[in-house]
Amino acid sequence: MRLMLRTESLAKTFTLHLRGGLAMPVLRDVGFDVHEGECVVLAGPSGAGKSTLLRSLYGNYRAESGRILVRHHDTMVDLATADPRTVLAIRAETMGYVSQFLRVVPRVSALDVVAEVLLARGVDPDDARARAAGLLQRLNIPARLHGIPPATFSGGEQQRVNLARGFIAGHPILLLDEPTASLDAANREVVVEMVREAKARGTAIVAICHDEEVRDAIADRLFPLLPLQDAA
Amino acid sequence: MIGYNFAYLDEQTKRMIRRALLKAVAIPGHQVPFGSREMPLPYGWGTGGIQVTASVLGQQDVLKVIDQGADDTTNAVSIRRFFARTAGVRTTTHTADATVIQTRHRIPETKLRDDQIIVYQVPQPEPLFRLEPSRVETRRMHGLADYGLMHVKLYEDIARYGQISISYDYPVMVNGRYLMSPSPIPSFDNPKMDRMPALQLFGAGREKRIYAIPPWTEVRSLDFEDHPFRPINAPHACGLCGATDAYLDEVVTDDRGGRLFVCSDTDHCAERRAAGHVGAEGMKEAAE
Amino acid sequence: MSDETLLSARGLSLTLGSVQALQTVDVDLWPGELLAIVGESGSGKTTLLNVLSGRRAPDAGAVWYRDPAGRLQDVHAMPAPALRTLHRSDWGFVHQDPRQNLRMSVSAGGNVGERLMAQGARHYGSIRDAALEWLEQVEIDPARIDDLPRTFSGGMLQRLQIARTLVTHPRLVFMDEPTGGLDVSVQARLLDLIRSLVSRLNIAVVLVTHDIAVARLLAHRIAVMQRGRVVETGLTDQVLDDPQHPYTQLLVSSVLNA
Repeated sequence: MRLMLRTESLAKTFTLHLRGGLAMPVLRDVGFDVHEGECVVLAGPSGAGKSTLLRSLYGNYRAESGRILVRHHDTMVDLATADPRTVLAIRAETMGYVSQFLRVVPRVSALDVVAEVLLARGVDPDDARARAAGLLQRLNIPARLHGIPPATFSGGEQQRVNLARGFIAGHPILLLDEPTASLDAANREVVVEMVREAKARGTAIVAICHDEEVRDAIADRLFPLLPLQDAA
Repeated sequence: MIGYNFAYLDEQTKRMIRRALLKAVAIPGHQVPFGSREMPLPYGWGTGGIQVTASVLGQQDVLKVIDQGADDTTNAVSIRRFFARTAGVRTTTHTADATVIQTRHRIPETKLRDDQIIVYQVPQPEPLFRLEPSRVETRRMHGLADYGLMHVKLYEDIARYGQISISYDYPVMVNGRYLMSPSPIPSFDNPKMDRMPALQLFGAGREKRIYAIPPWTEVRSLDFEDHPFRPINAPHACGLCGATDAYLDEVVTDDRGGRLFVCSDTDHCAERRAAGHVGAEGMKEAAE
Repeated sequence: MSDETLLSARGLSLTLGSVQALQTVDVDLWPGELLAIVGESGSGKTTLLNVLSGRRAPDAGAVWYRDPAGRLQDVHAMPAPALRTLHRSDWGFVHQDPRQNLRMSVSAGGNVGERLMAQGARHYGSIRDAALEWLEQVEIDPARIDDLPRTFSGGMLQRLQIARTLVTHPRLVFMDEPTGGLDVSVQARLLDLIRSLVSRLNIAVVLVTHDIAVARLLAHRIAVMQRGRVVETGLTDQVLDDPQHPYTQLLVSSVLNA
């Protein structure tokens, strides 16, 4: 199995200049590997830095030190030192991210929020919308909602739009932050199925998931994180 | 005439104006500033044209002056008399006999030759004047040949009236470079400027600008490919001489709606009548 | 993805009176990229925009632009006619106040068509077709093509300005607070329009805004300015979610839901 993602001695400290330069170490010496078709779930109590790690993997937070190696176009690229344009290219082609909350763009319909990812890659607009509609249907977003901007949707609906957006492009690496947090049992089941299918396609997945049932269903391994104060 | 230099202006002033003229001829269509003098007539009566004429006039020249095509209007008569007195030159009303023709708002119908000079009186030399109020900006636009704005005006005309509605002072491109005001001549006269054998000089007294078109220079009226330039004229024949290819003036003849279309170029009309051409009005008179 | 920048500036400095408006500022912009310059008023954002676009010369430093033929042009050493040509074809400038750019006594169609005519378009029918198409692109009823801009609302004026700017398919557009002074709902529509046009036409944009939410929505990268310096630059979400510089942290923490 090919290595898809590796972190080496990853550390992250937040420096709060508005609090007189208070330093808050969150990650120290984090190292783990994720291979093709594997799902690693980050485990640990809240405050352990799971979200911080996931966001660092996506380049949303800047790594303080260490390396984040990502297989991008068959070479391992260090995301921690990559220039912004490389990070954007990795996000467009290699690494997808499903955040907990959908960042709503005014006036863009749910369908286009999802199809946009494909359009950015040059997929034919009709084809992209058809695939987006299919995925939304599967996540039980009825067709009558597809043309509406998701700003007015319920939390669960927004999350499913977000999931569709994350899964549609078939990125080789997927980062999932609480993908099922506000979903009912039926939709949780759909998500578990989608994760399994992605793994079967060879997608490497890193997830945060508090729902034990879902976690057991998708995780191949757990990567434990502890709050640094406790670890010290 | 005792007490005045030949042709009224002193030689230093003429030299200054000739220098401006030379520069203007060298850069066809480009407005050259000059030190316009106070003249013994008010602005708007041809002070620019008179200064240019005074500067090019020699003792052997024969001068013709027209105002709206006519030799016998007050302005034309006054200016002709002015130069007869101050320069002692011969004057004429016959286009073919003149060596220098000063004009306000017309080009004679008779084709001009390469041994003639035509001097236009210009009230506003800046063709972009109504579109761009800043002189600094219009100068920059001329410098960079940035004339999109003039076409915007033509575009607006077509959008609003279905055609370009400029009937006089219709802007032209000179030698493919400078946008130029032809002075308020009817657009009917514009084609005469193109590759004209005579030297064309323009003087704007109040605005203190001189410009020129050397003989045989290309002068194109602005237009669009799908809305080509069309000279406008009244769809009639001259009532006096029957001409159908001359620019016509409309004359109200009575208070019962009577109208007469006659050649605006009085010399042209008189010559045609002398040669035996008769218009509808002339025939009526003959019948009576 | 091209490795060559479209626009690069190095060491830009400018003193205005006693104020250091710019202090050794570097900027890089790639084709199709949207770079937001954020900061408070007086931080030098607009000055930077003016220097980058050649409208104001810096005391020191240089701005390089790669023209369509692939040649690097020193923007501040270019002859005025060449810079002017650039500004009316390959570049565009969107002002906060559309009245600064639009001709208020010329119809909407004439406003959109002007840049085409300045480039030498001489076919009325095709100029009008282009104007109609662009009005539609910016969601202005094509039936209003012959109306004067003074009958338009603020949001429509701004969209008309965008149509007027984009009609020549520029590769680089400078925008100075394009949504400033508009109602929030009008802003949203405009932002969405800018966002979709810019990505569809692959236009590079340098956008000056004091509104972090605008930068978040539109920009790939962000540069934070304070007192004439770029204090932090990077991916938009990175800079806004994980700000490093004290000033950026202050800026981000002062905004709700940015």
